[in-house]
Amino acid sequence: MKKTKLLIALMLQGIGMYAQETVYPASTQTAAIAITNATVHVGNGQVLNNSTVVFLNGKITAVGTTVATPAGAKVINGQGRHVYPGLILSATNLGLVEVPSVRATNDLTEIGELNPSIRSIVAYNTDSKVINTLRANGILFANVCPEGGLISGSSTVVQLDAWNWEDAAYRMDQGIHFNMPSLIPRPRGFGAQSNSQQPQIDPVKRGLEQVDEIKQFLMQAKTYNNLKSHSEVNLKLAAVKGLFNKTQKLYVHANTVKQMLVALDFVKDLGVDMVIVGGSDSWQIADLLKQNNVAVILSQPHNLPILDDDDIDQPYKTPALLQKAGVLFSITDDDGQTRGRNLAFNAGTAATYGLTKEEALQAITLNAAKILGVADKTGSIEVGKDANLVISTGDILDMRSSMVTDAFIQGRTINLDNKQKQLYERYKQKYGFTDGN
Amino acid sequence: MKKLLWLMGGLWLAQCTTAQETFPVNGVADKRAGCFAFTHATIVKDAQTTLKDATLVIRDGRIVSAGGNSNIPADAVIIDCKDKYIYPSFIDIYSDYGTPASAVGARGFGGGTQAQLTSSTKGAYGWNQAIKSETDAYKLFTADDSKAKGLRESGFGAVLTHVKDGIARGTGTFVSLGNEKENLLVIKDKASAHYALSKGSSTQSYPNSMMGIIALLRQTFLDAQWYKTRPAKEGLNLSLQSWNENQALPQIIDAGDKWNDLRADRIGDEFGVQYIIKGGGNEYQRIKEIAGTRATYILGLNFPQTQDVEDPNDARFVSLTDLKHWELAPTNPSVMEKANIPFCLTTAELRDVKQFMTNLRTALNYGLTETAAINALTKTPATVLGLYDQVGSLDAGKWANFLITSGNVFNERTTIFQNWVQGNKFSIKDDTWKDLRGTYKLVLNTSSGPVNYTLDFKSNTAASLIGKDTVTSKFYYDGRQVRINVAPERRGGENLRLSGIVNNNAWTGYGEDSSGNRFSWTATYDQPSVQKADSARKRPLEPLGKVTYPFEPFGWDETQAPKQETLLFKNATVWTSEKEGVLQNTDVLVRNGKIASVGKNLSATGARVIDGTGKHLTAGVIDEHSHIAAGSINEGGQSITSEVRIGDNLNPDDINIYRQLSGGVTTSHILHGSANTIGGQTQLIKLRWGANDEDLKFKGADPFIKFALGENVKRSPSAIGNNSNNNRFPDTRMGVEEVLVDAFTRAHDYENAMKASGKKGSVRRDLELDALVEILNEKRFITCHSYIQSEITAAMRVAEKMGYKYNTFTHILEGYKVADKMKQHGAAASTFSDWWYYKMEVVDAIPYNAWLMQQQGMNVAINSDDAEMARRLNQEAAKSIKYGGMSEENALKMVTINPAKMMHIDSKVGSIKTGKDADLVLWSDNPLSIYAKSLYTVVDGTVYFDREKDIQLRKQVAAERLRIIRRMIGDKRTGAPVQPAQPSYQVVQTCDDHYHSHGLLSIQSGDN
Repeated sequence: MKKTKLLIALMLQGIGMYAQETVYPASTQTAAIAITNATVHVGNGQVLNNSTVVFLNGKITAVGTTVATPAGAKVINGQGRHVYPGLILSATNLGLVEVPSVRATNDLTEIGELNPSIRSIVAYNTDSKVINTLRANGILFANVCPEGGLISGSSTVVQLDAWNWEDAAYRMDQGIHFNMPSLIPRPRGFGAQSNSQQPQIDPVKRGLEQVDEIKQFLMQAKTYNNLKSHSEVNLKLAAVKGLFNKTQKLYVHANTVKQMLVALDFVKDLGVDMVIVGGSDSWQIADLLKQNNVAVILSQPHNLPILDDDDIDQPYKTPALLQKAGVLFSITDDDGQTRGRNLAFNAGTAATYGLTKEEALQAITLNAAKILGVADKTGSIEVGKDANLVISTGDILDMRSSMVTDAFIQGRTINLDNKQKQLYERYKQKYGFTDGN
Repeated sequence: MKKLLWLMGGLWLAQCTTAQETFPVNGVADKRAGCFAFTHATIVKDAQTTLKDATLVIRDGRIVSAGGNSNIPADAVIIDCKDKYIYPSFIDIYSDYGTPASAVGARGFGGGTQAQLTSSTKGAYGWNQAIKSETDAYKLFTADDSKAKGLRESGFGAVLTHVKDGIARGTGTFVSLGNEKENLLVIKDKASAHYALSKGSSTQSYPNSMMGIIALLRQTFLDAQWYKTRPAKEGLNLSLQSWNENQALPQIIDAGDKWNDLRADRIGDEFGVQYIIKGGGNEYQRIKEIAGTRATYILGLNFPQTQDVEDPNDARFVSLTDLKHWELAPTNPSVMEKANIPFCLTTAELRDVKQFMTNLRTALNYGLTETAAINALTKTPATVLGLYDQVGSLDAGKWANFLITSGNVFNERTTIFQNWVQGNKFSIKDDTWKDLRGTYKLVLNTSSGPVNYTLDFKSNTAASLIGKDTVTSKFYYDGRQVRINVAPERRGGENLRLSGIVNNNAWTGYGEDSSGNRFSWTATYDQPSVQKADSARKRPLEPLGKVTYPFEPFGWDETQAPKQETLLFKNATVWTSEKEGVLQNTDVLVRNGKIASVGKNLSATGARVIDGTGKHLTAGVIDEHSHIAAGSINEGGQSITSEVRIGDNLNPDDINIYRQLSGGVTTSHILHGSANTIGGQTQLIKLRWGANDEDLKFKGADPFIKFALGENVKRSPSAIGNNSNNNRFPDTRMGVEEVLVDAFTRAHDYENAMKASGKKGSVRRDLELDALVEILNEKRFITCHSYIQSEITAAMRVAEKMGYKYNTFTHILEGYKVADKMKQHGAAASTFSDWWYYKMEVVDAIPYNAWLMQQQGMNVAINSDDAEMARRLNQEAAKSIKYGGMSEENALKMVTINPAKMMHIDSKVGSIKTGKDADLVLWSDNPLSIYAKSLYTVVDGTVYFDREKDIQLRKQVAAERLRIIRRMIGDKRTGAPVQPAQPSYQVVQTCDDHYHSHGLLSIQSGDN
């Protein structure tokens, strides 16, 4: 009970004064901050008890049990609290979609099948009402992905506290997104209509043709980008240059074994770094993925199993199977927009079904950072990395105890208020109560 | 030439029957009695009676006698049928032979298409385009000999045909498969009335769901009854008039699936009709329930084709259910037979009617007896139509519809020689009437004298010539003509071409050699050739898998049926959801399906003890808003559909029942969708995995109904796609309010009129208004989908004015804004934990909603509305600890006792209290924690989910899959025709209010 009161009090920090519009992006860190006596979850599997984290000028300068608090540092007593690396949504449409059912608010899917030069970052809306609700649950980074077509465009990793997209960009245009065609025959119809004898295009054959088209495109792009100059510039070919100099990864959205086997062929022939996004059946070929250094972003951790026959907990335990096989994987949420805020609970489920809690945490922090190519800057609480930190009063993976009290991006103290908390305050006013329970 | 002969044959046939008196003859009259005696045959009069060495006499198209070989009329043409069999020809009573093909209709609702609110049928017909009771097949029937021929070749002589279109399809007509003017083919003009649980070509929006179809049938029964009183305001209604006329006929309904069979039968029971039910071929999966209908069935023989499952990646997506059905579907007729359920057989579902006998033999191989097969093809169909005095056996006086065969008609090597229809002969394979195979002495009368060969005639296309060498010839034989083209010596260049005419065992003809010399030739039968033994040995049947309940993976077979047990949970942390709170180290005893006691150190002899040390016991989770286990969810064809009932179309085969048990759910409230202001009647169920549809129901609970407000019911672009151009009232929240006012105004008037009319029945009974009157009288309760504060308030004000109440507001994401008003109204709230922003009406949703409403004194529950999330409702409840600071105990109550109270079932379920139903969950951890798993889920004292046993079941599922896949691969290797592997897509019923992917093979159904 006492604990709850504390939490409520912590949440009251910004009551009444703000509208969402006045939840300002934080200014640059000017003084050192030390979080003391906390349980530090490094993000790489390690837990440091009774430890201190110090950060200055946006960077972590010290972590450990014997770290001294620098003079003049702002001290946050972490007694009984947990410090985590900022959580990362590794594939999301955050900021590209405001209200999904209202088309005018959607900037997610461009017209056309082959759109490698499309860039998600230019449409990323830093003022989306959703963003602050995610931050309040410890999510500080997101890989913002365009959708649609065969090649949707490029994604950018953003930090979630910015005035505009240029400020938000954390790693620009870091991946090209390819939607693997389904490669599963379509149903012939259902029930009374199942006798339909209408000829249909074999979607598997069509799918494989499309894959060949994409492969052709990539092979031509490889040649094109090896040339010093071009008499005619081709924006599409030029857009994927990074795939071949390894500054970009190829994100292949695929779920079935057949789709992933087709994708593996890309890696072998084109030598690109590949990440599978989706990966429902990735557990079936985990060894192959490992051998080929293919990483997986699991996007449907809270999903129903694919087939009635599947183990009832298959999506929940898939992370543990990948972990066991040594595959680099992260966990995200296929609804990365509003429901992305449950990222930590997606990981929590994976911990219930076979991962250790620290492995589960790693799947939404360091692993995600590695896959997105930002592990040099974030994903774990280590000296030299950006001070992207979250403090929770309890286990962040469990909704029963997760309560984020503080968050820092690049050392900046983030305002955790959001539209929903403000509405909560508004109606507490109406009903005239100010406390929990 | 051949064609000409055939044509002449046809003419001859046409003339030999009684010509119609009214038809002028162009030429010379040719009346013949058509009297024939078929002698020395084995006559299978009916399934029970076989006469050896008997004679069948027919005259004028009718059977005169079937009996001894004496008493042959003097004018009879005698046909010797020694060694031959005569059977009554078969009857198919589910045909559309000779009726117009129906157009395929647009499905008419949702997906941005405009609603079609009225029927597009022109004329004085009823309001709904799918009620076509005025259709009379006999008026539309035109003979089609190309189709009739195929049926005759498969042994059929007569069919009941109807226009397969509509929910009410009008009358069927019983016709023979002869080749004459329709006047003579129609044996009975109005022979049956037909119905179906699908709407066919109707483009009208209503009904667009199974429960809507059922409601429409029920309402039409009532309307037709009322129409008998000749209500002036209705005028002439030809559809209702025909409906009433058709009631006297045998009633046939196309159900097409085991659950639909039961649904159809229940409609019949309600209105005193025993339907003849066209089944779906999966009746064996619920044979007890099927037997309980006491109906006669019509079964197709369209067994699933073998799939190519050699590629494991393809096999991956073929479900065990489909695999098992492939294996067991051929047992369907024999299982029906063993259960003593009368049935007929139909060719209706076969792509090629030739497949019929092949599939029938498969069914026989899978245990169907020949007696049952004959009955199903003759006596049973004739009897159900009341035409057994006309057809269905070879008794005197009946139509001369019979088959002459070379042997037992079901044997693979048996030939049907002739199929006689109404006394007219149709040759099927007449050329083999006499077995003329054997060796012949062939003599060529060349100019240099006779040249002798031996001809070994093996079949119609094969004969070898034996002279100096034995050589194969190019051979043609059709029973009348013979042609031989042969090089008599292997090395010589000589070639002979012979052509001749067959006259039984002496052939004569003319030939030519390579040099152009012509000669006559003869061939005379010498001796039979050596026959090969019958190679068509039946393959021994491999042992078949068992039927499981439900017919799904993780279902149980009869030996594994879950049973009520005496259970003793020892030393658990017991969350009572009662004022006792959370009890540490406590025991709970379960006996006879109830909680027998709660306390310390309990013991009970014979109890199965489950150690609860370190574990948590709670009441079963109750989901106030679910869409699982139903055949359809949304009847969106109209703004008011209070006549439809979810309970009419439960689907116990939904795997989500089992999956949700694994998440601790024991009771679910299955709601109609939110496509209309006044939706359908809901159904409360308990998750008794394996039970049938009736036994899933939560007995004795108050009935509820779903209402809805806002974007979905006003058909906003957000609800039905951005291309929508809604034409259905209402289109605004202003209109939604008026729909409610209007509906309850009419309900009041209706109730008053009903009371005033007493038992006279002058007031049309209206199922839609019946449900609203129940609401007014607190016999039915509302759960209302709603979001925005304005609409919530408006709905309550309508209710208060009209004299009803909102029991529950469901979803209610802006409930926190008007919690005080809802409290005052007396409503409860059932909400999501943290969903928001997926559409405009939820942009102000907040996760503190549950907490704020509870703080205002409302009874608050957390619901799923989602088959996946329902498995984690405990966690969803736990989010109110995080958002608002609710206590753990109160959070758990939001998915146990609170929804129980909301649904008036708290005296039975929702908490751990002596005397209540033993619906319990033993959790591995604190039930509010993400780390908690259900170890046991108990419903009525029966363990329906056991996490240890689940591991065993997984192995069982895998083994069974593997076994059948091996069989399929074996089938392919031995040459069975295969189709590519068919992924087993599943329809996931959702109210589609918000996006949530359910996986690669799911198809979202339901339109909000």
